[in-house]
Amino acid sequence: MNQPLAITVAQKAGPKVTLGVGALVLAVLIALPLLHLLPADNVLHVSAYTLTLVGKILCYCIVALALDLVWGYAGLLSLGHGLFFALGGYAMGMYLSREAAGDGLPAFMSFLAWTELPWYWYGTSNFLWALCLVVLAPGLLALVFGFFAFRSRIKGVYFSIMTQALTFAGMLLFFRNETGFGGNNGFTGFTRILGFDITAQGTRAALFIATLALLVGSLYLGFKLARSKFGRVLTAVRDAENRLMFCGYDPRGYKLFIWVLSAVLCGLAGALYVPQVGIINPSEMSPTNSIEAAVWVALGGRGTLIGPLLGAGLVNGMKSWFTVAFPEYWLFALGALFIGVTLYLPKGVIGLLRKRGEQ
Amino acid sequence: MSSTANPELMLEPAFDPAGSGRDAIGASTAASQGLNIRHGTILTLEDINVSFDGFKALSNLCLYIGVGELRCIIGPNGAGKTTLMDVITGKTRPDNGVAYFGETLDLTRMSEVEIAQAGIGRKFQKPTVFEALSVFENLELAQKTSKTVWASLRARLSGEQRDRIDEVLATIKLDGSRQRPAGLLSHGQKQFLEIGMLLVQDPQLLLLDEPVAGMTDAETEFTAELFKSLARKHSLMVVEHDMGFVGSIADHVTVLHQGSVLAAGSLAQVQADERVIEVYLGR
Amino acid sequence: MPTALYRLFLLLTLLLPLTGHAGDASDFVAASPSKQAKLLESWSAAPDAARLPLLEALQQGRLAADSGKNPFIEVNGLYQSAEGEFAPAEAPRKLRLNNRLRGLIGTAMASHQLLAEEPALRLAAARELQKRAKPAQLGLLDARVASETDAQVRTALTLALANLQLVDRDPAIRLAAVRLLGETGDPLARTRLETLLDPAVEDDAGVRTAAQTGLAQVKRKLLIGELLGQAFSGLSLGSILLLAALGLAITFGLLGVINMAHGEMLMLGAYATYMVQLLFQRFAPEAIALYPLVALPVAFFVTAAIGMALERTVIRHLYGRPLETLLATWGISLILIQLVRLLFGAQNVEVANPYWLSGGVQVLPNLVLPYNRIVIIGFALCVVVLTWLLLNKTRLGLNVRAVTQNRAMAACCGVPTGRVDMLAFGLGSGIAGLGGVALSQIGNVGPDLGQSYIIDSFLVVVLGGVGQLAGSVMAAFGLGIANKILEPQIGAVLGKILILGLIILFIQKRPQGLFALKGRVID
Repeated sequence: MNQPLAITVAQKAGPKVTLGVGALVLAVLIALPLLHLLPADNVLHVSAYTLTLVGKILCYCIVALALDLVWGYAGLLSLGHGLFFALGGYAMGMYLSREAAGDGLPAFMSFLAWTELPWYWYGTSNFLWALCLVVLAPGLLALVFGFFAFRSRIKGVYFSIMTQALTFAGMLLFFRNETGFGGNNGFTGFTRILGFDITAQGTRAALFIATLALLVGSLYLGFKLARSKFGRVLTAVRDAENRLMFCGYDPRGYKLFIWVLSAVLCGLAGALYVPQVGIINPSEMSPTNSIEAAVWVALGGRGTLIGPLLGAGLVNGMKSWFTVAFPEYWLFALGALFIGVTLYLPKGVIGLLRKRGEQ
Repeated sequence: MSSTANPELMLEPAFDPAGSGRDAIGASTAASQGLNIRHGTILTLEDINVSFDGFKALSNLCLYIGVGELRCIIGPNGAGKTTLMDVITGKTRPDNGVAYFGETLDLTRMSEVEIAQAGIGRKFQKPTVFEALSVFENLELAQKTSKTVWASLRARLSGEQRDRIDEVLATIKLDGSRQRPAGLLSHGQKQFLEIGMLLVQDPQLLLLDEPVAGMTDAETEFTAELFKSLARKHSLMVVEHDMGFVGSIADHVTVLHQGSVLAAGSLAQVQADERVIEVYLGR
Repeated sequence: MPTALYRLFLLLTLLLPLTGHAGDASDFVAASPSKQAKLLESWSAAPDAARLPLLEALQQGRLAADSGKNPFIEVNGLYQSAEGEFAPAEAPRKLRLNNRLRGLIGTAMASHQLLAEEPALRLAAARELQKRAKPAQLGLLDARVASETDAQVRTALTLALANLQLVDRDPAIRLAAVRLLGETGDPLARTRLETLLDPAVEDDAGVRTAAQTGLAQVKRKLLIGELLGQAFSGLSLGSILLLAALGLAITFGLLGVINMAHGEMLMLGAYATYMVQLLFQRFAPEAIALYPLVALPVAFFVTAAIGMALERTVIRHLYGRPLETLLATWGISLILIQLVRLLFGAQNVEVANPYWLSGGVQVLPNLVLPYNRIVIIGFALCVVVLTWLLLNKTRLGLNVRAVTQNRAMAACCGVPTGRVDMLAFGLGSGIAGLGGVALSQIGNVGPDLGQSYIIDSFLVVVLGGVGQLAGSVMAAFGLGIANKILEPQIGAVLGKILILGLIILFIQKRPQGLFALKGRVID
């Protein structure tokens, strides 16, 4: 569990191999959107389906990374990150719905016979304000919840249960038509983003690149944090919070900082997810989604920065294959994964690889 | 019940680490620089009561520790020694009573973090270090510096701080293991690391809960020397069962029994006390 | 059912000629619609038990006539002569009825049922008449009020009478009727009285004032009923939460295992009930009423066995790592849900209440307490008491408590900790199974049943304080009642969110008192 040392250890195990593989993966990911721009009859053309699928998985990778920052480093297992993801997605969805509706009201509002926008919809036709909302909505919610939770020293499983209840409550709220976010159906039928056709090849490629950039940026941020004294204090919070307090550190501020940062990252990931997938609805907030994110992190190896990305990629890759090939057995596979990882892979795939490397 | 700080035992009451204790008025963080210790008493506990679900852990406890004093607390199991430390460090709130650090800081109103920042360091009974971090990093975290989130984000060790850590590493003889994860240290090494963390934290009052448990005789002896060299510059309160160790360091011993002070004085004095013998031998 | 009905009708049709009351059916068939209405009104005013089959046939649209205006009643596709022994000349045609006639038939039917033996039937009839009594029935109602023995029926009849009198021309009679209405606590009386406040409807000021006071009276009585109703549904929800959370309180509080598959234990308990019901239907239909009683031990042992198997295979390896148990048990829950989906289908299965759990007791005019909920409240309390006894008064309970407080020490004293863990986990799961039996009696039984309870149950355990049965009981009922009080004010969803917020705030106040025993903790 020497997580902050993970980077150093990984480098020792084979810095060249690690870097080489990383560079290769990055190169492939950069190539994908470019290949998508090729004409459809070209052999190397990457279909919109593939690009969207990979883009979606990259968004999940950001979520996994964000979750790992709070779970792997600070020891706070959140089962409510889906809520932050969805809030970012909804903020972006508000903008896209306005864009699609032009000067009129978004379609679902006309359907409900509403005549004017609810107050929280004002300004959402402005892309910049929507971006602010993407950050503010999950950020403020995380701030308020975190402030109270950390103040009363809720941690461990209590924290997990509370966050799960939080996302559950959010889901119930967004399911209601009166809440003003399209109820059951959420938002869909987007047409344009910043004036560009949302289904155009160029737009898709640009969104993919933006997602990749966010992922690389978050990864860089993660490295920076993990190497700073801040990262070491977080590990100390995870392992011996009381001792840390007697050293004169106030763990609340540290937890709150990483918690809010993580929520904001999730929100950004959600904001990039929605235009690529084309829909956002309350089921994104279901506790099932959030807890699934935990298994990505656990499978990859928590407390490492690469592990969660690996886990998110593996699980989601498996999921897309299973749901096509054996839809009935996907839940069995996922369930078995949950059990198998906790029983046999406490340090995740990264731990396994590292062990191999050492031998 | 009278364990008033003995003026004769207090060495150089005028000594003031920051040199300007007179004009400080207990603001939490800055207080460690200018603790008001005008009357030579660094810790004042009066009529402290603590009860857990009806069980009285401390009852009407009074205790004074002078500036630069090295005080040993002894007492049978369940006498309330650890609870006493919990009260001083803010982990447990007393039901009533007065607890002052210096002249102005009311410990009953401060959080654990504020107390630690004000200058009270604590070593736990079971050695607790940050196992996932290296020995060096443990000391780095404990070091006296600004401990806000912002400061940690931009922290860079200065040459001076690095030297101080190296110095302490040498003192606690963990020089060779500076990059080892603290979780891999032996029990005794962890004890030393924790003591080292207290040293870099540079508190004015050190609370040490059974510091020599699990140490070899040589290590114990070394610790005794270390503590003696710390006294005067710092005030120490040591809880210990090892009478040999107590005898080698203490100038003043307080015996706790059932949550209050049973006897106080030099080790020889308290060892001669009838009541103390009765408590320890259970007659 | 159809055969039983058929027999009944056969019997009735055979009896009909014997009554010697010929002519009603023929009269009706021969009459014009307006005449038919008159007939029905006169029948309503002077009910006769012998007329019931005719009215029933009318109500169900089974009365027919041939070209000779001879009445026939259709029974299972065959036409039988209603009076006398005619064979139909040709295929008889069913009578057409208009809406007005249908209403009148209802009225006539109700006044005939006032003569029925069973109070329940009379009560239903009286209620019917409150809505659709006709002025011609004044005399009948008056007489019935005087002769009625059952208090509830009499109240209902009084109301029906008052409703009629309200349209009387004499203000004095109207005043008396208003007073009468004021004394009942019936929701119908409220709507009636409310209309009377309008001077356009009621021109007599005296009656209007009386209506005002009467309305206040009725509202007060209704409010009591509503509050009691809320309290009861709160208790009911609380008992359900308690059943769901009690097993969790054991596995979480005593073993420190976060069992996310706990909800699925509830679900399996409910499915076990379903299986028992199926077996009874198949092999012992005459004793079907007893199936919930048999389902209790079956569900307990099935879920306990599954729980113990899980403990031995998975959870055993994860003690002391609560977050890992959380993830692993979530995986188990996914597998169990999908398994049930494959075996029983994704649709809800039907679990029917036996007769002694259906229906309810009417306490106030606007307050009915369903038997199944009453039984479940009692059942939940029984389970709590049994669990408490088991944990505090038996050897197993002593062992469990010893292991949870100091595992190593208990092992040294010869307590087989592995076996104790297994049994404790089995107990927790078994209690969940019992909860599942209870849930199957009040809600839908489907693969997702457990999912809707798991979060609430965890909140109960967290709020109540870990490892404390009394805390869980308090928290379950507290949450249940708070939920039901908030629901009508701000809606179910907002209520839930508000409660979550309150829990978070409450934990601010008492983090230690709720989560851990106060004391010296070394860490």
